[in-house]
Amino acid sequence: MIRLEDVYFRYPNGPEAIRSVTLEIGRGEFIGVIGHSGAGKTTLAKLIAGLLKPTQGRVLVDGLDTRRVPASTLARKVGYVFQNPEMMIFSATIYDEVSFALRNMGLPNDEIAMRVQEALKVVDLNKPLDHSPHALSFGEKRRLAIACILAMKPEVLILDEPTTGLDYSRSLVLFEALSQLHKSGGTVIVITHDTDLLARFASRILVLREGVVVSDSAAEDVLSDVEFLKSQGFIPTQLQLLASKLGVRRPRADAVAEAVASRFEVRV
Amino acid sequence: MIVNKLRAKYAVSSEWVLKGVNITVGRGEMLVLMGPSGCGKSTLLYVLAGLLPWVIPGHVEGTVIIEGRDVVKTGYRGLAGVVGIVYQNPEMQVVTRSVYEELAMTPENLGLSKEEVVQRVEWVVEALDLRRYLDKDPQSLSGGEKQLIAIASALTMKPRVLLLDEPTSMLDHKGTAMVLETVAQLKSEYELTIIAAEHRVEWAVEVADRIAIMQDGQVVLEGAPEVVYSRVEEVKKYGIRPPGASEVAYELLKRGIHLQVPVRLKDAFEVFAR
Repeated sequence: MIRLEDVYFRYPNGPEAIRSVTLEIGRGEFIGVIGHSGAGKTTLAKLIAGLLKPTQGRVLVDGLDTRRVPASTLARKVGYVFQNPEMMIFSATIYDEVSFALRNMGLPNDEIAMRVQEALKVVDLNKPLDHSPHALSFGEKRRLAIACILAMKPEVLILDEPTTGLDYSRSLVLFEALSQLHKSGGTVIVITHDTDLLARFASRILVLREGVVVSDSAAEDVLSDVEFLKSQGFIPTQLQLLASKLGVRRPRADAVAEAVASRFEVRV
Repeated sequence: MIVNKLRAKYAVSSEWVLKGVNITVGRGEMLVLMGPSGCGKSTLLYVLAGLLPWVIPGHVEGTVIIEGRDVVKTGYRGLAGVVGIVYQNPEMQVVTRSVYEELAMTPENLGLSKEEVVQRVEWVVEALDLRRYLDKDPQSLSGGEKQLIAIASALTMKPRVLLLDEPTSMLDHKGTAMVLETVAQLKSEYELTIIAAEHRVEWAVEVADRIAIMQDGQVVLEGAPEVVYSRVEEVKKYGIRPPGASEVAYELLKRGIHLQVPVRLKDAFEVFAR
């Protein structure tokens, strides 16, 4: 679905933000991207979405070279939710905002109305449809921005720190929605610091450091390796430390509970 | 610190943001405020710092007594040298051209003698191990380092109460670790009363003496971490993530295995891995 071939990217007058990245992302993967601020996570995501063009190397989306196809063509395949929702909001009403791209796609009105409702339900935004998006709180704007992209039903969905400013229950609802999308064959790429949520939902983790992919493995391999996480400057979570202590591969509450339960059963 | 029947709102809001908050915090105690965004954590801290309604326009009713001072009546002016506050965004707090100047600024503004200013800067530099930063330009520091300097700067006025408003929310893991270690150290080595709004529950349960969960302008659950977070279902209902250890105990309960609900890692190891 997506191929990066020895990709480099340098911002004008800046240092190289991405260096020698080669990777392939298949259809139906759920990928978590982790790393420090300044590690190149957002740059990598924007390169995949075709919002930035590589200074060297190629990015192919469905075989299309991102340097050669217009952004509008790519936008139908790859949806990108910015870290800052303010950058995406410009309409007078919530309905106009969410339906904007759908109208551009030439969808029939009833289909548009249905998609708008579905997407707003997923992000749990219950404001009247004629409400101004500019009057929303930061957290609400973020949810609206996510709804706009969800409504387009892109084949690949990229979200940059989608849970910042969202409380836990809303973060969970969002990840569950992403998981649904993933199960129905969509590709999801999420940049986040929340490794516990990734342990629950992601299948593969990319770890970036200074513009280089230092690890690209199955989620359970990366997230159960406490020493590696520490070496990358992460603070291991309770679940990761418990899983490591009990020899559980997946640092998830249910998997750790399973291991604890089996210990107790053996003893009984 | 005594907070009684506290209500507060901003000039721009028609509804009360704090709707009757009651809390008491003892000297040297650390209270962590948790709750979904918009629940009133930051607003509470602004009132405690004497900023609302004295600097930020708004309306406050009820009583706040800190070290014998009536904060609602006197505002931040009555709190100089008593209460220090550190905000979310370190970029907004660091203003001078060298770390030394940054640290000297607060005691200078308090009108202290030159010797006293130097002494206080020396104290905080030693306490937080900041000597290597002294000549640096604060703008050249990382987010975590800037936040550390902001905390140090608040400490130079030797406050008895330190207020922290989500001090790690804009930092990455490295910066977060830096700030969290410092706060833990301040708590164990100095008899400082600390009130922190924080969303990192697994850190909060390790350092807090008490946790107050806020929702919609009120404290809805309050007590020692092991009391608050053993109520996994209730905590989740308020939109708050329980510590991983408590979630595991909750999963076990669903399987019919009744164990004590640990909230701290040490307890979790004892309960699950013994």
